[in-house]
Amino acid sequence: MNKSVTTPLRQAGPPSRRTILKTGAGLAATAAFGFPGILRAQSDVIQIGHLAPMTGFLGALGDYAVLGIQMAAEEINAAGGVTGREIRVSSEDSINPDTGATKAQRMIERDGAQVLLGEISSATALAISQVAARNKKLFIATGPRSDTLRGSSCNRYLFCSDIPNTVMVNAVGSALKRDEMVDGKKFYTLTADYVFGHDLLRAAKAFFDANGGELIGDELIATDVTDFSPFLLKIRQAQPDVVCANLAGNQVTNLMKQYAEFGLPFPIVGFNLNTADAWAAGPGNLSGTWPTVWYHTLEVPGSQKFVEDFTAKYGKLPENHAWIEYISLKMLAQAMEETQSTDSEKIIDYFESGAKFDILKAREAYFRGWDHQLIQEAYPFTVKPESEMADEQDMLVLGEAVPAPDQDLESIYPSAEQNPCQL
Amino acid sequence: MQFVFLLEQVVNGLVLGGYYLLIALGLSLIFSVGGIVNLAHGAFYALGAYIAVTLGNHIGFGPATAISPVLVALIGIAFERFILRRFYQQDPILSLLVTFGLAMVAEQLIRIVWGAPPLSVSIPGALRGPVIVGPFLFSQYRLMMLAIVALVLVGLWLLLQKTSFGRVVRAGIQRPDMVAALGIRLQPYMTAVVMLGVGMAALGGALFAPITIVHPAMGAEIITVAFVVVIIGGLGSFWGVVLAALLVGVVRGVTIHFVPAAGEASMYVLMFLVLLLRPRGLLGEPIEKFEQ
Repeated sequence: MNKSVTTPLRQAGPPSRRTILKTGAGLAATAAFGFPGILRAQSDVIQIGHLAPMTGFLGALGDYAVLGIQMAAEEINAAGGVTGREIRVSSEDSINPDTGATKAQRMIERDGAQVLLGEISSATALAISQVAARNKKLFIATGPRSDTLRGSSCNRYLFCSDIPNTVMVNAVGSALKRDEMVDGKKFYTLTADYVFGHDLLRAAKAFFDANGGELIGDELIATDVTDFSPFLLKIRQAQPDVVCANLAGNQVTNLMKQYAEFGLPFPIVGFNLNTADAWAAGPGNLSGTWPTVWYHTLEVPGSQKFVEDFTAKYGKLPENHAWIEYISLKMLAQAMEETQSTDSEKIIDYFESGAKFDILKAREAYFRGWDHQLIQEAYPFTVKPESEMADEQDMLVLGEAVPAPDQDLESIYPSAEQNPCQL
Repeated sequence: MQFVFLLEQVVNGLVLGGYYLLIALGLSLIFSVGGIVNLAHGAFYALGAYIAVTLGNHIGFGPATAISPVLVALIGIAFERFILRRFYQQDPILSLLVTFGLAMVAEQLIRIVWGAPPLSVSIPGALRGPVIVGPFLFSQYRLMMLAIVALVLVGLWLLLQKTSFGRVVRAGIQRPDMVAALGIRLQPYMTAVVMLGVGMAALGGALFAPITIVHPAMGAEIITVAFVVVIIGGLGSFWGVVLAALLVGVVRGVTIHFVPAAGEASMYVLMFLVLLLRPRGLLGEPIEKFEQ
């Protein structure tokens, strides 16, 4: 009885601390779950669910991904949208495989996302691709490079627009063969100890075997290792001809900084590097030959225009994840425009038809029908001497595109015999 | 030759231990005097690195490395005065939650101020490269770091052992009630201890910035190792923390030599063994206020 008496009195006065807390919690919950009612009401909007790691291990890369996709969406909408409708991208931090999958499900169910796009971690992309397949919604994975994702884990609703591990090994490998750094040479590898690294080591071993290189040692490196000094001592003890990094994200940066610190005499190369990780290494620390999917100095008019617009808009140079998010949304818009539809099945059929896309490179790209990966050029790069660098981001020299202009684009990709994908 | 290789790892581990020491000593001091588990300690390490890199672009590596810890120590005054001070007499879980929250706020602030991409920084050219002594290879930069750590260590030890300031702090660790009964306010001493602690963490950050990635989450990466070192060494023990830091460095190096994949797990196994066999830590002293 007491309660019923006090309640009206309380309401008359200022709100209690508890009420404020409850309200705050309610507000926070609302913000976290979004405003599904509002989104549903606007059926003339094409909703794209965008996921990228914005914190943690790959956070620096995800940041660029968000900037890239925002710019693409603004350009598309400024030109009248897709099939006359506005495109709306909502970006969220995918954090890890579990959270990424949960958010993907929520984007489809409640926000009414017609297509999912994004992600950098191979492990998280795998989880999202399963959600997409269950809901029969298209998912364009933009950043992950694991061969397994487009191999034994492929499915009808998953398309991959970054280069796979095999291509990175082939891109660097072609430069190494040209420089006579493979045949008869002893390699020592450092490998990221999770699915991506293991996958990359497999591709590297196949390359060494095929070209007369000898693997004399490999170290599995946990993703949270920040001090490489004990591994550097082991490398020195083993006296290899070439050191080779199969690492990811922060690992690459830490290794390069400490490799320069210890001043080991062996040339170092690597089969995976993102531009942001290279920039973070600092002047004078990075050396050797590495692969990339895109770099801002690429001499293609479309690419230069993109770099110019991006720099004008955000005041910094675009990283490869900004570029890939940008062209991936543009490819999706093209598919929707051509099919006059946002239906995943129709878009998939269009992608599978071998349609060509301008991805701001010398040659057009296309999705391969039987494993859904984007077939495109890749590039090896080397590092400028410190004295020639204009600033700390001007550190890389892009090599010739691989494969060479007279060779088939697919020649650097895993063949149908090598890739176990069954759609 | 195998023996030389192993010895090389041991020596390298000792050098690495010196770096853990800078972070762990401050953490241990703040806990010993204030009874506060400072989960935000890593944030000061990160701030030390960010401020040093930013200053370093204008005034050079040396001055920036010296000034950054001082600036962070000044931030430490506000941290102690407005946050920690409210929690000395409270349930430890409260200070744990507050410093945990603060660590996340600090990480986001760094992201807002400096941006999510890592900062680019290198070792000054003169300090880059190895020093080769017989069969051993050392990094020139780490040897310099070791010398700085040794200086800080001796300075801190003299401060705690040979000055009246140190006597009050040590008495405050053991019997804060007696110190109060003698008419000495511990509060200003606590402010000084927090300044020292976070300043050392910042020095660690500033020194490590040229050889590891400088990114917003770097504080969270180091805090676990620092805790493990403090637990192994024993609370309230200066030399316990020193011994534990060196031991963790050596055990990690030797483990990587024989079983590389177990390298990161080795320090946790060591902590597990110490907790099992000697819960007080290697050189931990019985402290009355923590014994109930």
